[in-house]
Amino acid sequence: MYFEDEPVPGYSLPILPGHVSPGRFERVLRSGKFAVTAELAPPDSADPEEVFLRARIFDGFVDAINATDGSGANCHMSSVGVCALLTRVGYSTIMQISCRDRNRIAIQGDILGAAAMGVANILCLTGDGVQAGDQPGAKPVFDFDCMTLLATARRMRDESQLLSGRKLDFSPKIFLGAASNPFVEPLDFRVDRLAKKVAAGAQYVQTQYCYDVGRLKRFMARVRERELDKKVFILVGVGPLASARAAAWIRDHVPGVHIPDVVIERLAKAEKPKLEGKKLCIELIQKIREIPGVAGVHLMAYRQEESVAEIVDASGVLEGRVPWHPNRSTNTDTMRLVQ
Amino acid sequence: MYAVRRWSVRHARFFEWLYEHFESIIVALHPLWLKIGYERVEKPIVAVERRVKGFLFDCRMCGHCVLSSTGMSCPMNCPKELRNGPCGGVRANGNCEVNPGMRCVWVEAYEGSRRMRKGHYILDVQTVLDRSHKGTSSWLREVRRLHDERARRD
Repeated sequence: MYFEDEPVPGYSLPILPGHVSPGRFERVLRSGKFAVTAELAPPDSADPEEVFLRARIFDGFVDAINATDGSGANCHMSSVGVCALLTRVGYSTIMQISCRDRNRIAIQGDILGAAAMGVANILCLTGDGVQAGDQPGAKPVFDFDCMTLLATARRMRDESQLLSGRKLDFSPKIFLGAASNPFVEPLDFRVDRLAKKVAAGAQYVQTQYCYDVGRLKRFMARVRERELDKKVFILVGVGPLASARAAAWIRDHVPGVHIPDVVIERLAKAEKPKLEGKKLCIELIQKIREIPGVAGVHLMAYRQEESVAEIVDASGVLEGRVPWHPNRSTNTDTMRLVQ
Repeated sequence: MYAVRRWSVRHARFFEWLYEHFESIIVALHPLWLKIGYERVEKPIVAVERRVKGFLFDCRMCGHCVLSSTGMSCPMNCPKELRNGPCGGVRANGNCEVNPGMRCVWVEAYEGSRRMRKGHYILDVQTVLDRSHKGTSSWLREVRRLHDERARRD
């Protein structure tokens, strides 16, 4: 995919009428294409090459790369750092901001800094509790919650104001996102919570891992009933499971992930569980694509990042489209053959 | 206390009724508060508010009480102090991600809100909390706010 007004990598695209950001991700969504995003595992390293290597494996298969912010309360390279490197060469990044580690002063400063570097999308998250991570003795901050963070970021963008009311000389042009988890209790309240996030400023949401299409369908039916799908782009989270044991561990130890028993049984019965996990993921993507109101998928292939390209390719959701990436040889290979 | 806090949520409808009447009384007493001086009355009121709400709701005296919008389940008891709904980490049994032995404050809040007449307030987006108001009386703040609002209208 190639836009006519393509800038030099590292510089922003022009903002189209009706758009809020200079980013490719917003353009893809607003043009009605089925979007694909993927989560980059930030390195435990200060080597920039590590980040570029980890981004490169997604080349040509994702529309934006999520830079996680201490996900699972584990310490890694910061999302600001990862985004600084990736935007330098032109990648479309989604900077995740968790409310766990920084207060309102730090976060508003980060939003300005990120937008200045070329980050066009941010994802506002509550964040996992510190007990889940490698440093449970840390002080949990939670000064904002994801809703007040969204509202503050929107105010910075639309009213050119900090939370204190102090004026900004140039507002951050950011496409605002949030997370949603349609799969955990209180199930009935989850659509309401999505509606609240939309009211607070969310323009797209990325959901928690989906392994239960039935639950997603019920959630989406209520979303459509309230016409929320017309106000917010919904990208459903998916990821390959490596084995039945890994799946059971994730279900029991990672907060907020719902994996039905049938999925674990299927992996347990498989001769090659890893292959079966990928197959399952591809099937999930294809089923999710058929649900009205879904705007894309978000791949979180924890420790299997190299399989993202293969999974996206096999699912066929890009319909031959090749998302922009900085390592392409020419500007013309924008489509690939589809079988 | 956890058991009392949960009992209060189960009786959210009653506390909603009680607070509405209580509020109209303290609002009516505005001239008295003015006469004594809001600063001077703050300390004794805080002492009462802390004890009553502390006993009934495990109140943390954040200074911006939203119990009427959260099904009488105090959101400051959430380990993440979320004031706008449950996080994505709620366990399958409805318990807290951080504190597995505790019911999610927001699972409780949602149940409480459904018992209340004005339970739909749970759908309002709560603005960011002013942390400098911690330890102050939200009753008196509410009285002054309602009064200022009325004065502006008249």
